[in-house]
Amino acid sequence: MHAVTVTPAPHSPPKSAHQWAVELVGIDKRFGPVHANKDVTLRFAPASIHGLVGENGAGKSTLMSILYGFYHADSGQILVRGREVEIKGSQDAIGLGIGMVHQHFMLVETFTVLENLLLGHEGGPLLAPAVARARREVEELERTFGLEVPLDALVADLPVGVQQRVEILKALYRGADVLILDEPTAVLSPPEVEQLFRILERLRAEGRTVVLITHKLKEIMAITDHVSVLRRGAVVAEFATAATSRQELADAMVGRKANLDVEKAPPQPGPVLLAADGVNVVDARGVTTLKNACLTVRAGEIVGVAGVAGNGQSELLEVLSGMRPFASGRVTIKGTALEPGGTYDPADARRRGVAHVPEDRLKLAVVKEFPAAQSAILGYHEEKGLARKWRLDWKRVTAKTAELMERFDVRPRDPALRTSLFSGGNQQKLVMAREMERDPDILLVGQPTRGVDIGAIAFIHKQLVALRDRGKAILLVSAELDEIMALSDRILVMCDGEIVGELSAAEATEGRIGSMMAGVAETATGSVSGEEQ
Amino acid sequence: MESYFWLLSLLDSTLRLAAPLLLAALAGFYSERAGVVDIGLEGKMLMAAFAAATTAAFTGSALAGLLAAIGASLAMALLHGFACITHRGNQVVSGVALNIVAMGLTAVLGNAWFEMGGRTPNLPAAARFGEVTLPLAETLRNVPVLGSLYYELISGHNVLVYLALVLVPVTGWIAYRTRFGLRLRAVGENPAAVDTAGISVPALRYQAVLIAGLLCGIAGAYLSTAQGAGFQNNMTAGKGYLALAALILGKWKPVPTLAACLLFAAADALQTRLQGVVMPGIGEVPVQLIEALPYLLTVLLLAGFVGKAIPPKASGRPYVKER
Ligand SMILES: Nc1ncnc2c1ncn2[C@@H]1O[C@H](COP(=O)(O)OP(=O)(O)OP(=O)(O)O)[C@@H](O)[C@H]1O
Ligand SMILES: [Mg+2]
Repeated sequence: MHAVTVTPAPHSPPKSAHQWAVELVGIDKRFGPVHANKDVTLRFAPASIHGLVGENGAGKSTLMSILYGFYHADSGQILVRGREVEIKGSQDAIGLGIGMVHQHFMLVETFTVLENLLLGHEGGPLLAPAVARARREVEELERTFGLEVPLDALVADLPVGVQQRVEILKALYRGADVLILDEPTAVLSPPEVEQLFRILERLRAEGRTVVLITHKLKEIMAITDHVSVLRRGAVVAEFATAATSRQELADAMVGRKANLDVEKAPPQPGPVLLAADGVNVVDARGVTTLKNACLTVRAGEIVGVAGVAGNGQSELLEVLSGMRPFASGRVTIKGTALEPGGTYDPADARRRGVAHVPEDRLKLAVVKEFPAAQSAILGYHEEKGLARKWRLDWKRVTAKTAELMERFDVRPRDPALRTSLFSGGNQQKLVMAREMERDPDILLVGQPTRGVDIGAIAFIHKQLVALRDRGKAILLVSAELDEIMALSDRILVMCDGEIVGELSAAEATEGRIGSMMAGVAETATGSVSGEEQ
Repeated sequence: MESYFWLLSLLDSTLRLAAPLLLAALAGFYSERAGVVDIGLEGKMLMAAFAAATTAAFTGSALAGLLAAIGASLAMALLHGFACITHRGNQVVSGVALNIVAMGLTAVLGNAWFEMGGRTPNLPAAARFGEVTLPLAETLRNVPVLGSLYYELISGHNVLVYLALVLVPVTGWIAYRTRFGLRLRAVGENPAAVDTAGISVPALRYQAVLIAGLLCGIAGAYLSTAQGAGFQNNMTAGKGYLALAALILGKWKPVPTLAACLLFAAADALQTRLQGVVMPGIGEVPVQLIEALPYLLTVLLLAGFVGKAIPPKASGRPYVKER
């Protein structure tokens, strides 16, 4: 199925007669009982963008970490430009011209961009000459690939999109010819995704090879030349992108007919269950991060909040869930008004029938080190069925978790397994299960499908719609415009701490939301696929 | 004029008292900037002080004492590294264990070898680090103000005091101007970034821990063969912890750490001068209260007078390639 025509870009150096930039042959890897990669054979053509897709836990990151020397394969061969190589560590991989941008950035936040670029590539015991040389070379790279980055800024002060460019630049500065990107778009806003893709196209034009891991099939269709599908550690399908479709890829990923669209009846809104009126939040630095927020959510509707990360959505969720006090304004929950400085907190919120699925799963929703059964009762551990006077009834907790896992299809179904060993999608399903189990009247959800595979996304979306249809009020915050548009009955757009506009589901297009998010009335900022154009 | 000389002598003893603190705090600097918490400064210093005094007593050479001190301290540092880096043990537990071992071992060995209740024999001048008179000190001595400042305060310390002071800019230079420093600071903030850059995290951390061992060795030798003339039971008396506090107060930066060490040392120097002084309205200040001064100061300052001290992000956490 591969289009095996390799035409290196005209200005790239001639690269002998080999056909592939990298070949992985028969790679096998186990983590204890988990068979993460099963006899995987993959080939990446030079001057191309190769997509890698698969469900959570399919083994994509593991495979690429093996290529980058971060893990060791139990067996198998790696060939770089036709030559068999042994990669013992990242140093070897870097030496072979392989670079990787990890799912979680590998940057030293207290360093400047330039210092981050230098790390491991200093070229001598003293920094001063290296800094001067690096500055020259990096500026050259920036020009070649259209990667603009403030070299003397502290990494901690940069937005994620720019941090990611630093990561790409770092790989290029270290001489990467093959660049692996692990879910690079998960944290980016639509315009940032656009910028990233332009950079990747430049890289391809310069004769470099890009391997792109993503859960977003739209992105695969938009930018890759070839795509490989992993399922449960094995390669199950390979396509030339031009010869396949989202549906075909999705089916290959889950191994059955996948349902990509959310089915949803028209909403039947009831009374207002949740309202905010002129709510302001002032953070520790004295900056007003949420400005005069006014909104209502009715029973039986999903209200989506769109916006580039860091524009007040997090604060909104935190206020409504009782995690953060508000400075002024009023929040009304099921008719009860709450004033600033009251006793509203997460426990109180739960008592009032407000459940919260926080944006940051690992930081706020679960304890990574706990077994799943313990993560599955956090916040509800004082409930009658679980606690006996002052101690927990572990038998019941475990039984309860097993039941939740069954109903929400959490895999593996093992309440005793450490939370961190579940894939992101399964952790998320566990959290959703915990919060939905108490049949809340109001559900606050942040980024419900960040880093989650399409199978799990479909499942989570179905659960949210079902909850709505049971007459509950749902406030959904997501950076994923597709998700917002697929689920919401009304859409609020936030920019710079303010709710700048509201659209009905019918009015909303990616272009309109995108330009409202950007805070200007420009047209069609945030479209990746160009589907509506 | 009298108060000028009083002040000079106060500053003079401040420097003497600051030197071991400074050496230990710099040791902590290397270790903690690399992400390895070092509660064991105290134990390493104590062991080193004992090794220095014992060796100097047997050989009559201060230098041999110093080398022995460094050796002993390095051995403890290696043990710490083995527990925390190779086996990813808890860094605080390992440090505390080293402190306890040092306390017990020095007391037992001292008693067994010298039978003086844990003390080592008084060292003759040759077996100690003597005072160095800097060039022209005698000539300038009688020049008013500046001359006496040079003679009293700057000149006339032992060589380890000067070494400690010189190590501050040297450490700053290493940390901020060299490849090693860049990597050292990086591994304390985000070891995964260092690992993916193709640099060995354990090797870097071992280097840092060994440098800490070296500096604690010098600090220990200072206590028993420069400041004192022999070893006494538990002669560090919490200086290791105080050095750690200075490091925190100095926000893990060399020059502010020096300032913190000087502050603690000044409080200590003042303390000896305040004993027996009658305060108006209070009467004679209890000795215990005065002796507690440096520690009270530490508590007060650390309790938030100096703003938030943010430790290296990865400090205290063993590096594991896992989720
Ligand atoms: N360091 C590790 N220790 C133990 N198990 C691991 C480790 N890394 C990955 N695994 C397991 O190996 C399997 C493959 O994981 P991997 O991270 O490669 O999946 P992925 O395809 O990248 O998933 P995602 O889309 O969630 O990023 C999973 O079952 C995971 O739990
Ligand atoms: Mg992954």
